[in-house]
Amino acid sequence: MNPAKFLTCLCLFLAAAPTHAGPTIESWQTSSGARVLFVENHSLPIVDVQVDFAAGTAHEAEGKAGVASLTQALVDLGVSGMDETQIANRMADLGAQLSGGVDTDRASLRLRTLSMADKRGPALDMLTAILSRPTFPAEVLEREKARTVAALKESLTRPDVIASRAFWAALYPAHPYGRQATPDSVKAILRDDVIAFHRANYSGSQATVAIVGDLSRAQAASVAEQLTAGLPSGGAMAGIPIVQLPAGGEQRIAHPALQAHLLLGLPALRRGDPDFFALAVGNYSLGGGGFVSRLMKEVRDKRGLAYSVHSYFLPLQQLGPFQIGLQTKKAQASDALRVSREVLADFLAQGPTEAELQAAKQNLIGSFPLRLDSNRKILENVAMIGFYGLPLDYLDRYPETIERVTAVDIKAAFARHVRPEHLVTVVVAGE
Amino acid sequence: MRHPRSIVLLLLLVAPAAAMASTHERQLANGLRVIVKEDRRAPTVAHMVWYRAGGMDETNGTTGVAHVLEHMMFKGTPSVGPGEFNRRVAAAGGRDNAFTSRDYTAYFQQVPKEKLSEMMQLEADRMRHLTLDANEFAQEIRVVMEERRLRTDDQPQSLLFEHLAAVAFQAHPYRVPVIGWMSDLENMTVADARFWYEQWYTPNNAYVVVVGDVDHQTVFQLAERHYGALSARSLPVRKPQDEPVQAGIRRLTLKAPADLPVVMMAYKAPVIRNVDEDVDPYALEMLSAVLAGHEAARFTRHLVREQRLAVNAAASYDSTARGPGIFYLYGSPSEGKSRPQLEAGLRAEIAAVQDRGVAADELARAKAQLIAGQIYKLDSMFAQAMEIGQLESVGIHHTMNGRMIEKLQKVTAEQVQAVAKKYFRDEQLTLAELDPQPLPQVLRPRSPFAPRH
Repeated sequence: MNPAKFLTCLCLFLAAAPTHAGPTIESWQTSSGARVLFVENHSLPIVDVQVDFAAGTAHEAEGKAGVASLTQALVDLGVSGMDETQIANRMADLGAQLSGGVDTDRASLRLRTLSMADKRGPALDMLTAILSRPTFPAEVLEREKARTVAALKESLTRPDVIASRAFWAALYPAHPYGRQATPDSVKAILRDDVIAFHRANYSGSQATVAIVGDLSRAQAASVAEQLTAGLPSGGAMAGIPIVQLPAGGEQRIAHPALQAHLLLGLPALRRGDPDFFALAVGNYSLGGGGFVSRLMKEVRDKRGLAYSVHSYFLPLQQLGPFQIGLQTKKAQASDALRVSREVLADFLAQGPTEAELQAAKQNLIGSFPLRLDSNRKILENVAMIGFYGLPLDYLDRYPETIERVTAVDIKAAFARHVRPEHLVTVVVAGE
Repeated sequence: MRHPRSIVLLLLLVAPAAAMASTHERQLANGLRVIVKEDRRAPTVAHMVWYRAGGMDETNGTTGVAHVLEHMMFKGTPSVGPGEFNRRVAAAGGRDNAFTSRDYTAYFQQVPKEKLSEMMQLEADRMRHLTLDANEFAQEIRVVMEERRLRTDDQPQSLLFEHLAAVAFQAHPYRVPVIGWMSDLENMTVADARFWYEQWYTPNNAYVVVVGDVDHQTVFQLAERHYGALSARSLPVRKPQDEPVQAGIRRLTLKAPADLPVVMMAYKAPVIRNVDEDVDPYALEMLSAVLAGHEAARFTRHLVREQRLAVNAAASYDSTARGPGIFYLYGSPSEGKSRPQLEAGLRAEIAAVQDRGVAADELARAKAQLIAGQIYKLDSMFAQAMEIGQLESVGIHHTMNGRMIEKLQKVTAEQVQAVAKKYFRDEQLTLAELDPQPLPQVLRPRSPFAPRH
């Protein structure tokens, strides 16, 4: 889990302004039941498509940690009639870019292609084959398992990864969000596991398709229909279970690194929770607002304890984490932890000042156009709205919702979501 | 149109005029150049100030000062107090940051378009009036040391790269890391930062790049108003510090806590000095794309997928730089394979190009990706501003970009084979290996997970 990536996820939510509406999103269902969100934009000859499935790591069966990522990695490494080299060469010939990712909730596949018919058509045909007809060749699976294990073993030597894994394990001791792939769990995955995971979790009725760019509504409809027609026809899947809050506590892990890595937090927020807005405004002042937050001032500017320090909420399908994180040289770890705890405790007790509240609103509302000034950024927002079933006018209404937040709301929301008795601390490489 | 001959032709065919707008340029009387690209797709603007001073302009004993000064640029002027710069950008609904490289130091803000004037006012102010307070410096130098620990000292692969550069270059300042050696950071003073600032932060050593929803004439007027009053100063003479010819292989090994070994091979290579006349740098760019430009390019296909020799393998080459160039090959061996085996595998790939050249379809594929990438870049104002700024930083006029793409399009298979033969010789090679060391057996929690309260 990469904190920077989480931060990006949250930032996508912080989009709004009174003077600028969001993009016009059209939405419909394909005949296979997939939900489609489309933003028409002809300013560049580019089409971006993202297909999301509820196929993240939280959907892995117990003992199968790693299968979600392997499945996602393998879909474009063999389709009926083409091997991995032919697929990659075809994409490169077209100048098309295929990417994707897996987090706790989602597995995503993303295609960027030029919009001219002789490029777009074959590129979308490839994506269709990848979505509908992956072959999961056994020898490719074995190779990718070995590469995954190698990368995992390397990452398990890194203090940031060790800290993050311990943090998630401590936040979610009995929940799928806390389960993480290990070299052994990856080695044990069989081709049948991958095929079963794909069949159960990559179904048409569960897919969300986001399309942005140089297509008409009619063209987008036929693209979405084509992409989803051949998907597995799985039924409703099991949801992600409710999170039980952990007992608070502290864990220290030794490591030879020069810097200690500190994480502090708890399970805090679901997507769609109305408190999101108050928490977002409040967190801007606490540790989200880059160089102007309280944590940055106290930890970095006043004391020179760290290069970066942050706090964020990562809303997920079920309670996602609130997290404070920083790195500092070993000898300063206790100081930095004490200062961070004091800043948090003070914020929980007092809430933001009126000046902080206004500064937060000014930035969150004023920066709205920057959140949506490229097709890629629009795609990320629209895909997130689609996957989590947020209202289509979510972006349009964001500014007024932010504007209405009061200091009292923030203090109350933090009191509901950040309860100190559940706070977990992880220190790797502290003295 | 599968493999168009000219990027310009393709772009004219497919990209609306607005997105393809050319740039506008003006030089103020004090020497500051202002480059504007209008892009009206969204009501935002990217504003950047680039200084022609980076790590390569430093001297021994004060390495890292370019980057330290970059940090200090946020610590206030008489009219804008410490931290106030960030606060004002945030209040404007903007984002800002800065970056220091071997070749330059650059500052940027991304803001709603109506805030451009205020950003120029702030940048102009700190171009001349930086306070450089001793107490602020004392705090900030500690932040920079934490940054070095975070990004280099505790990152074995970064450390390997740092060691490699220090061996590949002996005279040229590219041997020094941009972040600076820790000892130099520990002994740096505010006077060092001030000396650097006085030397290099002057309008005739800077240029402004603006990309966004703006009118270029308006931008020129704003630039004149905010930057125009700053006076030019004479700049120090820049000594070339040319690297002597390397005449034999250099090898080094780094031991660090890690699990995956790394092999990194660095061959001295030319960079573009004359956009029109040069040939080899363009051929090296295409070689890099054929070797490692996509998932089925040679390195991944042969070394990772077919031979299972590596868990990853890549090539990297940048044809533009103020200093000398390097063509990198690097990767990590698979379990059960050794570093020498991977080294032999990488060498075999180069030998294959030397002996048998590259296929027409491989080259065509690399060119198709290049063209598409040029169009995708138009989706980001920031990326467009970066491209302009980086070309200018190495002394290439930004309007030469189209010509450079044309040159890349014209590279032949024979030219690719020729550069493979010419530059990939052991005499020009520095080879660095990461020898991973197991962590001490202390990874089990030192304390069990325990409630605090």
